[in-house]
Amino acid sequence: MRTDLCDAVSAILKIYAITYLEWNENMKLTDHESAMLAGEEGPARKYAMEQVVNVGQFFDAEDCVEIAQVHLMADPESLGDECVSFLEGLAELPEEERLVRAPTITDPRGVDLQAYKRLKQTEEQANLERRSIAAFRALGVMMTDTCINYQTIMPPVLGEHLAFGDTGSSIYANSVMGARTNFEGGPSALAAALTGRTPRYGFHLDEVRKGGTHFEVDHRPVDLSEWGALGAVVGRQMQSYWEVPVISGIDSPPTSDELKHFGAALASFGSTPLFHMTGITPEAPDLQTVFNGPTASVPVATPLTRAEVTALRDSYWPADDRLDVVVFAAPQLSLMEMRMLAGLLKGRRVNDAVTLIATTSPEIKSASDRMGLTELIEASGGIVLEGVCFYQMYAREIGEANGWKRLMSNSAKIVNILGGYGYEPMLASMAQCVDSAVAGKIIGGAS
Amino acid sequence: MSQQLFQGHVGIGPRVTAEALVASDNFSARYDLDRIKGIFSRQQHKLCGQSYVGKVLILNAAKGGVASAWMLREMTARNMAPAALILNFANPIMAQGASFANLPMIDRFDGDITEFVKTGDKVTVDPAKGTVEIL
Repeated sequence: MRTDLCDAVSAILKIYAITYLEWNENMKLTDHESAMLAGEEGPARKYAMEQVVNVGQFFDAEDCVEIAQVHLMADPESLGDECVSFLEGLAELPEEERLVRAPTITDPRGVDLQAYKRLKQTEEQANLERRSIAAFRALGVMMTDTCINYQTIMPPVLGEHLAFGDTGSSIYANSVMGARTNFEGGPSALAAALTGRTPRYGFHLDEVRKGGTHFEVDHRPVDLSEWGALGAVVGRQMQSYWEVPVISGIDSPPTSDELKHFGAALASFGSTPLFHMTGITPEAPDLQTVFNGPTASVPVATPLTRAEVTALRDSYWPADDRLDVVVFAAPQLSLMEMRMLAGLLKGRRVNDAVTLIATTSPEIKSASDRMGLTELIEASGGIVLEGVCFYQMYAREIGEANGWKRLMSNSAKIVNILGGYGYEPMLASMAQCVDSAVAGKIIGGAS
Repeated sequence: MSQQLFQGHVGIGPRVTAEALVASDNFSARYDLDRIKGIFSRQQHKLCGQSYVGKVLILNAAKGGVASAWMLREMTARNMAPAALILNFANPIMAQGASFANLPMIDRFDGDITEFVKTGDKVTVDPAKGTVEIL
């Protein structure tokens, strides 16, 4: 093991040991957990168990819960050299001390190594990506590189405890599947992977999952951008992580992609990991059940009108029609969305002044290749990227390198994020985005 | 004399004293910051354009995605982090990130902490006690 990394890891472990000694007063640990914490299974599991205890104490967890799956978010932009070096330190430990103890899969990467030069990403960025991939592989992490794991890898099951690490996949697993997870950022997802458990607090507990705020929708969104905008309107009203919105008034089941865009936007605008939709999601058969009491205890509903949803979308509409880049991402596209995009682009040509990018998972890219969808999109001048998501791939740097400022997307989540990355993002339907990409300028207008 | 000591939930990280930077807005490292320059970069944020480096950052609630959990440590390693993060409501991501970065953090006060402390106040943050004190 390299001396500098070894020193760095030991220094960090010492800091956590001190913190742990001050705090380990309340949480009940099993003999196995105590052994890991005492360092009997090596420094990686000791560090990881200390992370579990630190966070558990902060949220008054009584004990730990074993988890069935880990979804790990760790793009190189978030990691930086510091955190990649930390992972490399863990990766150099002996195999029995470093391998993960629960099935662990990854969120999108930051660099598509087949396509990064085309996007003017740098060798430095690609190298950080290569280093982090090598470290994760050494830990036994499966590089699925997807945020739509609930559609493509292993859908969670009602009541299953998880450590999911993307807000979109977490809210989908909690809400649509009825599985149980908090938002587990990279370091704590890694701690969950190395120990096989997470602190039992937050959305692992029945009482935290009951409804909090009630919204009544008077319309059905007509496309994915509207489902996202509806999620954004609800998300903006959330006061904290712990507020659970209940949506009533959706009269028949939305598709998985519609719930995906709704949930991803709600989690992005609201930082909220659970919603209930009465008659649709598994823990909300009716209002009485989801609010856990008699009819009288159901809070008065805040109405959500179509006007509010379109107003949110229109609030991003610019004064001129300039357009630089059209992005379909966040979440990565399902096979159905890839088909929809290919259909809209068929026989047309993206204007030379505009770049059109679609990002999807390696599984869906492979399926799209087989089914001729990738070819249709790329023949029209679009770019299909796999295993990445636009906002996680050095969005600021590639925007500056390529001169992208005005960005159009049908994802409310990405529009929310990229405002902080130097873009002028706007939200429109997939059809409107494609029409604009072909025209080389924004087509249509605010509703 | 107005109250100078504010009690929150027991927090994470070491004790620290520094100048406060306060707003009633929410906080996400990925959505709100230019982490290279060390300033708030999101146009809609009340602190847009201001440097947070070395400040006790006092805001309302943790928002946004999961990236902040890695980012706090990466920022700390480059000496481009706030001195402490004080929120009315943290979320798991900020707690995990503060733990990983060993960055002082406290939340859940008796009342709105963004109303109690003003930008420019010198404050001591003591996570083991869960207190913020104006000096």
